[in-house]
Amino acid sequence: MRETRDSGKPNLQISVNNLCLDMLGSRVLDQIDLTIDQPGVTMILGPNGAGKSLLLKCIHGLLSPTQGSIGFNGLNGNPKQAMVFQKPVLLRRSVMDNMRFADQDRQTQSELEQALDSVQLLEKREHPATQLSGGEQQRLALARALLTKPDLLLLDEPTASLDPASVLIIEKLIQQATRQHIKSIFISHDIGQARRLSADVIFLNRGLVIEYSDAAPFFFAPHSNEAKAFLSGEIVL
Amino acid sequence: MLTEAFSEAFRLILSADADLFEILWLSVQVSLTALLVSIVLGLPIGTTLAIANFPGKNVCITVINSLMGMPPVVVGLLVYLALSRSGPFGVFGLLYTPSAMVIAQVLLITPIIAALTCQVMDDLHKEYRDLFFSLSIPLNKAVAAYLWDARYSLITAVLAGFGRAISEVGAVMIVGGNIDHLTRVMTTAIALETSRGELSVALGLGIVLLALALSVNGLVTTVRSRARYYGCA
Repeated sequence: MRETRDSGKPNLQISVNNLCLDMLGSRVLDQIDLTIDQPGVTMILGPNGAGKSLLLKCIHGLLSPTQGSIGFNGLNGNPKQAMVFQKPVLLRRSVMDNMRFADQDRQTQSELEQALDSVQLLEKREHPATQLSGGEQQRLALARALLTKPDLLLLDEPTASLDPASVLIIEKLIQQATRQHIKSIFISHDIGQARRLSADVIFLNRGLVIEYSDAAPFFFAPHSNEAKAFLSGEIVL
Repeated sequence: MLTEAFSEAFRLILSADADLFEILWLSVQVSLTALLVSIVLGLPIGTTLAIANFPGKNVCITVINSLMGMPPVVVGLLVYLALSRSGPFGVFGLLYTPSAMVIAQVLLITPIIAALTCQVMDDLHKEYRDLFFSLSIPLNKAVAAYLWDARYSLITAVLAGFGRAISEVGAVMIVGGNIDHLTRVMTTAIALETSRGELSVALGLGIVLLALALSVNGLVTTVRSRARYYGCA
């Protein structure tokens, strides 16, 4: 089992064993076998409809696989998970009340304000959360997820359609989370972002894992034709 | 003649006519009591139908939705049969009392509150379900969040129920009997006074009833605009 250099804390290991998922009579994830034990950000890449979000939901427990299993090792008990959805789900109340709702450790007001400050939303703490811009909503969703102090953070295209400033804030927060030994699994269509953030990459197509490797070899010398085509900007069907 | 009736109606209202205010007070008492009971019954029923999974759930939702359109006279008849001397609850002697009117109104408006609550909660549950799972929110906290975040829509549902109760005539006429100083409410009094040709009293009551209905609608509009501000509409 790999260990992080500075903490000596064992890495979270996620084992996906022969996972299959059927929906509406068709197989959407097919015999996925993975052992994710790299610290930092695992990036899931692939064209639309590849099954990226479904795999993430299976790992999180939102979907039950038709076959196979998912196991977590390296921690005492199951890891504490948090997920940030592509379309942020915010409670119909103020920004601060959204934070308070997720806060199960009863953190102090100043800690909550600090968390909001980290996503540059402190000044909007009393605003209705649903009235924020798309980028602000996603930043709030991420701050709220991090407030739960997860061991595993699952991010389903959190920066899709966001302005560059919001993307930068979110990427910084994820890098900061990595430094705090939070394991992240991230779905993105932005190859530049994947290069910036990822420690390892899972490339999916049509419900199958085409490649799983460390980030550097994947980006510089992908094995599969699909991954080569995807990285060169060709349309992968 | 109409002008005379209107001026007499306003005179009755402005002079705080005792009979008129007795009728008004009983109407409000009966409808508010029925509303409170319906809230206690309708909110949990609607919430359960929205967020719980059980066999026959869709049948229950269809039944509740159908009961929303139940004709008041049919409800009145059923309550009459249940409360009459030979009926199953005849021993309680409730027929032709305000309690019987409350029971009839509860049966009328509980399905409205339950069905509207179910619709509101179902939408919210679909939106929040994954988030609550992700944040490991316990059921009691989730239900509290649903109720709080849907509060404006639920207030609208409750006001819709009150509007239905206060303006209903068929059921309360059958089970209350429109007895003077005992079970006479605004709607039954309006029907009686109109049939007697006492248009001024009927108009006076009608104006108060209309004012109540307008107030309820004004409240609904205010609640909706507040809800829009918080993204709850």
